[in-house]
Amino acid sequence: MVETKEKKGLKISLCLPTLNEEKTIGKEIILFKSELVERYPLLDEIAVIDSGSEDKTLEVARNFGADTYLASDILPELEPKRGKGENLWKAIYQLEGDIIVYVDADISNIHPRFVYGLVAPLIYRDEVKYVKGFYDRPLALSGNVRPSGGGRVTEILVRPLFSLFFPDLTAMIQPLSGEYAVRRDVLEQIAFPIGYGVETSHLIDVYSKYGLEAFAQTDLDKRVHENKPTQDLGKMSFGILQTFIKRAKALEILDKADHTTILRQFQARRDQYEQNLIEIIEDERPPMIEIDAYREKFGK
Amino acid sequence: MKEINSLREALPDMAVKLKKYREVLLANLVMTGEIAAPTFQEERRVEFILNRFDESGLTESSIDDGGNGIGILSGNGKEKEKSSILISAHADTIFPASTDHTMMVTSDTITGPGVADNALGLATLVSLPYILDELGIELKNDLVLLANVKSLGRGNLEGIKFFLDNYEKPISSAVCLEGIQLGRLSYSSIGMIRGEITCTVPESYDYSRFGDASAILTLNEVINKITDMRLPRRPRTSIVMGSISGGTSFNTIARDATLGFEVRSESHQVVQDASQTIQDIVTEVSSKTGDEIVLDIFANRTPGGIPFADPLNKCARAVMESLDIEPRLAPSISELSAMIDKKIPALTLGITTGERTFKTNETIHIEPIFKGLAQVIGTIIAADGGYCE
Repeated sequence: MVETKEKKGLKISLCLPTLNEEKTIGKEIILFKSELVERYPLLDEIAVIDSGSEDKTLEVARNFGADTYLASDILPELEPKRGKGENLWKAIYQLEGDIIVYVDADISNIHPRFVYGLVAPLIYRDEVKYVKGFYDRPLALSGNVRPSGGGRVTEILVRPLFSLFFPDLTAMIQPLSGEYAVRRDVLEQIAFPIGYGVETSHLIDVYSKYGLEAFAQTDLDKRVHENKPTQDLGKMSFGILQTFIKRAKALEILDKADHTTILRQFQARRDQYEQNLIEIIEDERPPMIEIDAYREKFGK
Repeated sequence: MKEINSLREALPDMAVKLKKYREVLLANLVMTGEIAAPTFQEERRVEFILNRFDESGLTESSIDDGGNGIGILSGNGKEKEKSSILISAHADTIFPASTDHTMMVTSDTITGPGVADNALGLATLVSLPYILDELGIELKNDLVLLANVKSLGRGNLEGIKFFLDNYEKPISSAVCLEGIQLGRLSYSSIGMIRGEITCTVPESYDYSRFGDASAILTLNEVINKITDMRLPRRPRTSIVMGSISGGTSFNTIARDATLGFEVRSESHQVVQDASQTIQDIVTEVSSKTGDEIVLDIFANRTPGGIPFADPLNKCARAVMESLDIEPRLAPSISELSAMIDKKIPALTLGITTGERTFKTNETIHIEPIFKGLAQVIGTIIAADGGYCE
């Protein structure tokens, strides 16, 4: 992979967006630096872009040899905004790579595959522009069908929304995963919500501009991170909805919902993934007052 | 002597140079340590170690029939004149697979179950080929890197014994790696027996004998009698009562109770005598109470070692001195004793400082690792150069 990368003259940057991640950041940097810089020179730079951590995130990161930046120091002439999307966006300006790999900094079972798994399709296949990670580890290989895919926000909010407005995008097994690798010439063309909506907006924008062919997905096996309380998921959903409605309006597709009744979910059979199409028709009855028999009975 | 002096002069610089490989070593530490490896279930960890050996270009790496992971870094000496220098680190830990093995890395420390015992020893083992290559150090003799399994508890050094019984080439010297403590220098093994005493109240016990029917009470009687045993002050001898378990709840009579213990002594005879006395105690208490008491001795070591003035021992102390490491001499009951049994000059060295050993928040300090590593490499070079013969 390193050979092909070098033959193609590609530069690859890793961006780790952080906010108070001292517990996990050290391990991520050690593993990536040892395996993907020292042993196999796949990465040209490892950068931590921080939203203003109050713990030792930056100190630990610097100590193990990562380049560290405060998001507010990048493009300081712009009005400062705070959020993960802001860090991801500023990485495009600050980092040098032709490919930027984004990996969340809160993964406790970090492994080099989180990076090489994401960049491989971009190195080997020129038509791929955006590689998204997903996580699926079968617990028992009994041949049974198991539900596969995302967390709660994905299944409750994003997949139903995509089913209604962008059925193609339901092919993304984990649309909200924070691990993805993207070519610079794509990144520089799309807008970045600074908050929770950034992953959703990427999918919609890249799909609208380049079609589904631009995407690839990589199974990153398993990801262990802290589970968020339901209230936080509410905030996340609210951010995603704002981003979504903005785009649906701009693309003038809000009416589309009137005709769609198929919900697209995912299931896995051994290592095969298949979509599960479920027709859900929300038929409606009119107000009772409009029914003749009702009005007659109650003399209205 | 000249050579060892120039090696001694070079070592402090080497300790500084080794910092360059910090991430390589720590990545190996984290990846190895996060694979659970309770004794008898080390396969996944050993497989990982083998992969690392392969990646480092070791051509003769394999897993032997005993389950040990072996990597051989061939020396450039003449085939007929070459011997093997064995570096070993035990691959198993005391933590069950259900323990969360996640490691946490801060600027100065790494914390996680088994990080010191013995993820760091293993990380050193698997990083050695890469580091020696980067430093341009070529050895004349073969360096045999061994991740030995089934070492702790009931494992009773099964892995290393299997390896030593079956490895065909002569081993000129051996170093066992332990994560902590830096300065540890073990060159002798003490005599030991390790076992369990299990008391069981028989099914047919007359439960109307209100209150005095309890396996815990019976075990207590056994413990009292063991405590009363007279042990000689010289040769030094001790009995470690390491663990106790039994019973199920507050209000039910304990049906069984188990004591885990070790007898350690500088004298083989004293260990044997103590073992016999404990057997007598068990028989006596059993016949008095009518409870079933089983004594299961599943591990033993015979005392022995290389002399303090042995060249390997001297070399190691010279290396430590040049790095300002204060040697702490302590006998060992680990892999070292298996090597001593085979008359191989052997030492156990610690790599860094740390604390809370055997707890899930076991912690090691990063900074002293480089001295510890320089000490290991220095000892290898000295052994390879024949300064230790």
